[in-house]
Amino acid sequence: MQVFKKIGLGFAAMLASLNAFADYSWNFPEPVTPMALDTLHVHNKFMLITMVIFVVVLAIMIYSIFAHRKNKGYKAVEDKAPSTAVEIFWVLVPFVILLLIDFVIMGIPAYHSVVMMEDTRDKATMVIKVTGSQWRWQYEYLDGEAQGIKFVSNLTTTADEQHNVAEKKENYLLEVDNHLVLPVGEKVRILMTASDVLHNWWVPQFGSSRVAVPGFIRETWVQVDKAGTYRGQCKELCGKGHGYMPVVVDAVPMEEYKVWVAAKKAEIAKAGEIKEMTKDDLVAQGKGVYEKNCAVCHQVNGAGLPPAFPAMTGSKIALGPIFGADGKYLKDSHLDRLLNGKGVMPAWKATLNDTEIAAVITYERQALGNAATVDPIVQPAQVKAARQ
Amino acid sequence: MSTTTVAHDEVHHDHPSGIMRWLTTTNHKDIGTMYLTFSLVMFLVGGAMVLGIRAELFQPGLQLMNPDFYNQLIGVHALIMIFAALMPAATGFANWMIPLQIGAPDMALPRLNNWGFWLLPPSAILLTLPFTLALFGIGDGAIATGWTFYPPLSVQGGIGVDFAIFAVHLLGVSSVMGSINIIVTLFNMRAPGMTLMKMPMFAWGWLITAFLLVATIPVLAGAVTMLLTDRHFGTHFFDAAGGGDPIMFQHLFWFFGHPEVYILLLPVWGFIPQILQTFSRKPMYGYKAQVYSLWAIGALAVVVWAHHFFTAGMPVPALLYFMYSTMAISLPLAVLFFCWIKTMWKGSMTFETPMLFAVGWIILFGIGGLTGLVLADVAADAQYHNSYFVVAHFHYTLFAGGIMGIMAGVYYWLPKMTGNMYDETLGKWHFWLTAISFNLTFIPQFFVGLAGMPRRIPDYALQFAEFNMISTIAAFALGLSQLLFVYVIIKCVKGGKKATDKVWEGAEGLEWTLPSPPPYHSFTEQPVIK
Repeated sequence: MQVFKKIGLGFAAMLASLNAFADYSWNFPEPVTPMALDTLHVHNKFMLITMVIFVVVLAIMIYSIFAHRKNKGYKAVEDKAPSTAVEIFWVLVPFVILLLIDFVIMGIPAYHSVVMMEDTRDKATMVIKVTGSQWRWQYEYLDGEAQGIKFVSNLTTTADEQHNVAEKKENYLLEVDNHLVLPVGEKVRILMTASDVLHNWWVPQFGSSRVAVPGFIRETWVQVDKAGTYRGQCKELCGKGHGYMPVVVDAVPMEEYKVWVAAKKAEIAKAGEIKEMTKDDLVAQGKGVYEKNCAVCHQVNGAGLPPAFPAMTGSKIALGPIFGADGKYLKDSHLDRLLNGKGVMPAWKATLNDTEIAAVITYERQALGNAATVDPIVQPAQVKAARQ
Repeated sequence: MSTTTVAHDEVHHDHPSGIMRWLTTTNHKDIGTMYLTFSLVMFLVGGAMVLGIRAELFQPGLQLMNPDFYNQLIGVHALIMIFAALMPAATGFANWMIPLQIGAPDMALPRLNNWGFWLLPPSAILLTLPFTLALFGIGDGAIATGWTFYPPLSVQGGIGVDFAIFAVHLLGVSSVMGSINIIVTLFNMRAPGMTLMKMPMFAWGWLITAFLLVATIPVLAGAVTMLLTDRHFGTHFFDAAGGGDPIMFQHLFWFFGHPEVYILLLPVWGFIPQILQTFSRKPMYGYKAQVYSLWAIGALAVVVWAHHFFTAGMPVPALLYFMYSTMAISLPLAVLFFCWIKTMWKGSMTFETPMLFAVGWIILFGIGGLTGLVLADVAADAQYHNSYFVVAHFHYTLFAGGIMGIMAGVYYWLPKMTGNMYDETLGKWHFWLTAISFNLTFIPQFFVGLAGMPRRIPDYALQFAEFNMISTIAAFALGLSQLLFVYVIIKCVKGGKKATDKVWEGAEGLEWTLPSPPPYHSFTEQPVIK
């Protein structure tokens, strides 16, 4: 029993240290939104109450275990059910205490927390849309000066780090190429959806987590009150890449946010320009797109993971014709597959821009051991036309 | 078997021996033994899988397996532990002990009983076969969606999902047949004078479990069948593109899944008080209060399901309803805890292995229960949900509350079932090793969960490394300790000090009036309860 006693003491000591030194490594990470702060308070209070109940009950039990033993000559008393009024009173005490805890001490604050959590619109100054897809997050700014900014956020941890070939960097599995940038102190309404399976957008320091459901819009909100970079992960099992779609949010002061918005808009305008590209340029750009988006399943070398994820090398689709005699793309062609997906293969038309799709198709046809002769390259303009 | 009565020798001739005895048997004791053996084997299989998982999580990085295989292991581990280890163990005890405890010669529907058992091995094969098939290039392995089958991921998955759906169908049929058998037995075959309110607590626990199973298994079967037709026959129950809703599956699944927790625990809540009274040498406290509490929990079990997916998005009134109704479960549970401790209070206690497990069980299940109360809070749940905090919580309820409870039952009844005493020293070693390594495995998981580690990920950020390492080392200790359990059981079956009829000094109840082991056919004349 002493082991349990020690564990109980350990819990108690841990809790004491937590309040005294605010050492969050044993608890939720430092809260930076009103919701997370509220959650932490609820959690600490609840933990304290349950810990007290646990320790008191344990103490009674331990006392009984040592006092009422046969080898100490203790004789059992005959006691089957409460009989006197005093006994019935003592039986009701724990019941009443719990009733109070459940529906008053915890129940009332819990009500206010829920109402606050679900109030996504009141005082919200901006709206963003978060789309989960296998296995990356897409962000879109829906209103204000940032309206129209839209980008995809991919894991940047390398395969070598994951396979213990290269040394793991500080933010192993928690770093992405494009951070979501939010202004400090603004209430941001978040619309959440998914393009394939369920995902869950979660940053522990924000205290909000919501499942992204394909075909439906779910809502939550954040108001980051402290500038900084915050990291989280998908927390709804979404397939083999579930552990590899982190969330990274930069909360910056308003002026910095405005600078970022302007820069991002210029960058997007530039990337969206359609221009004629050479094969080498397409292959070079396509390599980056491929390794970021496709290599998870089809592998860096194009070998795939058959039977679920077919090989690129020697693929009939990657070597076959794309455009028919009328100049339109064929059903089940390489371009069709990229744009619209099929089965486990996701549709990329909403995720990648024209240049990226043209580049990755060209890369898959001219690298990875392939050298397609029919429709050897695809130009961004052709992708643009195909979207019409 | 040699030290038997004349009556025993006579009946020995009317059943086949060898393998045919086990294939054709309709004897409740034989079937109970098969259930328990099957459960033990599958416990080791499911345990081996989780050691694979823990080994991968020993340190950051991918060491042993690819993420897809990892996802298969977590799902099949859970399905095996729940459906093939914990449930058959409870059913095994029900088969063995309910007729003995209520003075009946056998279960009411013996052939149904035989059928119920023999559906289990095929479903265990269905669950694990895809692993083997994948080695031969057929399919892409077992179900990789976790045990919860959530669409659209499960619609996207390979043949492993179909195998799991059919396995769940068979397991469900088996459970429903077992439940019907128990309900019929308890209502019709109690000894004269044994009113419902005189039934042993184990019988009560199982009666409520059986009702829950009959009520909820068909819903699960319906849900996975809808999944099957979504996968293969073009329906859109769970596909928004066709007017369906993926979250509807979660409602259907957890309408079964939440009562399932109590299905696993109620039989244990039945026999733990019996163990406590035996080793406290004092009748159990508040029998009526316990029975009513079990009913209250059984009723609440079917109306709280949505607390498993608060973060999936629900209207505020629904969130509040499911939060408050979930918290209400703590009330009858508090009554039960009170009665259990009051049963020990001022008793004359000794601490043989079953009592050690029972007392350890109260404490550890208490941690599971209290963390469950915290999880009911919607606001805090946003943080706990799908983090390792939840993993630790449900292992406190299902490993400590379920499996360690079952172990208490094994040590308690093994001398009665085999006629031999188990090795007390080894039994105590088994308890302490299990209790300590269990806590060392799961306490760190509470902390990584709070710090923000999601569950079901094959690799993790560097800040979680230390806790995961401790957890893995302890998990291997926990796994290896169970080999000792197997050894103790085998040793006890093979021989040992002969057990008396009563076995334990403080044992009360009809099963202790029979010889140890009981004759093949017991209570051919009904005992009368005064």
